[in-house]
Amino acid sequence: MNETMNLLIGLAMGLNLMALGSSRLPSVVRAMAVQGVVLGCLPVIIERNFDWLVSFVALVTVLVKGFAIPTLLQRAMRSANIDREIEPFIGYVPSLLLGAVGTIASVAAARMLPLLPEHAETLIVPGAMASIFTGFVLLVGRVKAISQVCGYLIMENGIYLFGLLLIHSTPFLVESGILLDLTVGVFIIGIIVDRIQRAFDSLDTRKLTTLRE
Amino acid sequence: MKSLIETVFRLVVWLFVAPLLPGIVNRVKSWIAGRKGPPLLQLYFDLARLWKKGVVLSTFASPGFVAGPAVAWVAMVCAALLVPLGPAGSTINFNGDVILLVYLLAAARFCTVWAALETGSSFEGMGSAREVSYAVLTEAALITAVLSLSVQTGSVALNGMLSQSSGPGAALLAAGLFSVLLAENCRVPFDDPNTHLELTMIHEAMVLDHSGPPLAVILHGASVKLLLFSVLLSEAVLPLGGMSPLAAAGALAGAVAVVTIGVGLVESLLARFAFRRVPLLLTTAFLLCLFALLLAWKGGTQ
Repeated sequence: MNETMNLLIGLAMGLNLMALGSSRLPSVVRAMAVQGVVLGCLPVIIERNFDWLVSFVALVTVLVKGFAIPTLLQRAMRSANIDREIEPFIGYVPSLLLGAVGTIASVAAARMLPLLPEHAETLIVPGAMASIFTGFVLLVGRVKAISQVCGYLIMENGIYLFGLLLIHSTPFLVESGILLDLTVGVFIIGIIVDRIQRAFDSLDTRKLTTLRE
Repeated sequence: MKSLIETVFRLVVWLFVAPLLPGIVNRVKSWIAGRKGPPLLQLYFDLARLWKKGVVLSTFASPGFVAGPAVAWVAMVCAALLVPLGPAGSTINFNGDVILLVYLLAAARFCTVWAALETGSSFEGMGSAREVSYAVLTEAALITAVLSLSVQTGSVALNGMLSQSSGPGAALLAAGLFSVLLAENCRVPFDDPNTHLELTMIHEAMVLDHSGPPLAVILHGASVKLLLFSVLLSEAVLPLGGMSPLAAAGALAGAVAVVTIGVGLVESLLARFAFRRVPLLLTTAFLLCLFALLLAWKGGTQ
């Protein structure tokens, strides 16, 4: 069981690096979506006995993160008519190297943490920290609003992974609340992206730093 | 006496099998494109034809212009003799021969670049600059791959490193080494061996002024390099040490054929990348090898 889980989390860590290294926005969105699906499958693997509630949460997570949110983002992208990050603050090679250093550092740091023995064997904590770090790099290093949204969602994936440590004690209501928040957040961001595009003719967030009447 | 005959036999195998690989790559490419394509043995004919031709020498060039390709070829063949051939092992082996292998490859590259700079042509200067700057990244990836193999198997000799499987990181290592193979042999996403535009060439630009036997030596050396890297990649991934000699030999030959066909497929299905994207791809190859190293290291301590 641990083997499969570590393989899936390793895949998610690889997808982090893919999101950092690609210049095309659709592939960043795709990396984020596949990561959501991969992580959404984890509760079913962690839970030894079949449980209706856990399976339902997993199914909803996969549907929302893998299909609903990417579709919303793709629509926003189409209406704003962009598909590339032109000049990021942090270049692709540096951000890829940063992501790799962050991943290695989180694997090393997780060994020093006082984890429960059943969690120390798995990659949950390093994977969560690596995803959060990747999200940070994307949020700070990209200028287009859509890549920043992807960074935010990858960071959320990391936090979700961290939350899996407490899967038995988190109420169902909290899980569904988080998912609902996320969907609404992305929905609103899609509208905002459209507005920014209309008002400024570009999605460059650097143009949003000056206040005007 | 027996070992001498064996060494000569291995040398003959390396030298005569190598030009077959570019033929296979070209056949795969023409098959995908729906053409008939050149014969499988085209490179042998080309080499024979070039060998009979005369040499045009620039009046500026020093003897290094001819010596460079020769030394590069010798270095490449020595490197090939270090690589074990499946169950038969390698001709020369000692602890740490893998470091010699990396250095021989670097020496071969240095000599090619040196010979290219001899004529003072600006195109060759451009090609050399590109070749050397990409080599920085591919060598980092290659050395990391070697390190991960060494950590995985606990051996610093090629014979020991390549006879076992590379463990859980095999897929990562295979992807990383395949990218290194494509970059080192100037294959498509990095360089186009068929390009005829001097401005975009890398390796081809370096050999523009060579003709006759030196060019034949360069072409043959390039095919030996391709065979060397495919053997290295196949042996790094397959656990040949655990098989019976016959099965291991068959698996090695099959794996080299698969790698060659893979190169042909990549070449027909992908376009070459823009220059500014190449470092990103090579960094990815380096990271793949780095994570294989991490896996080998972490798996070893548990």
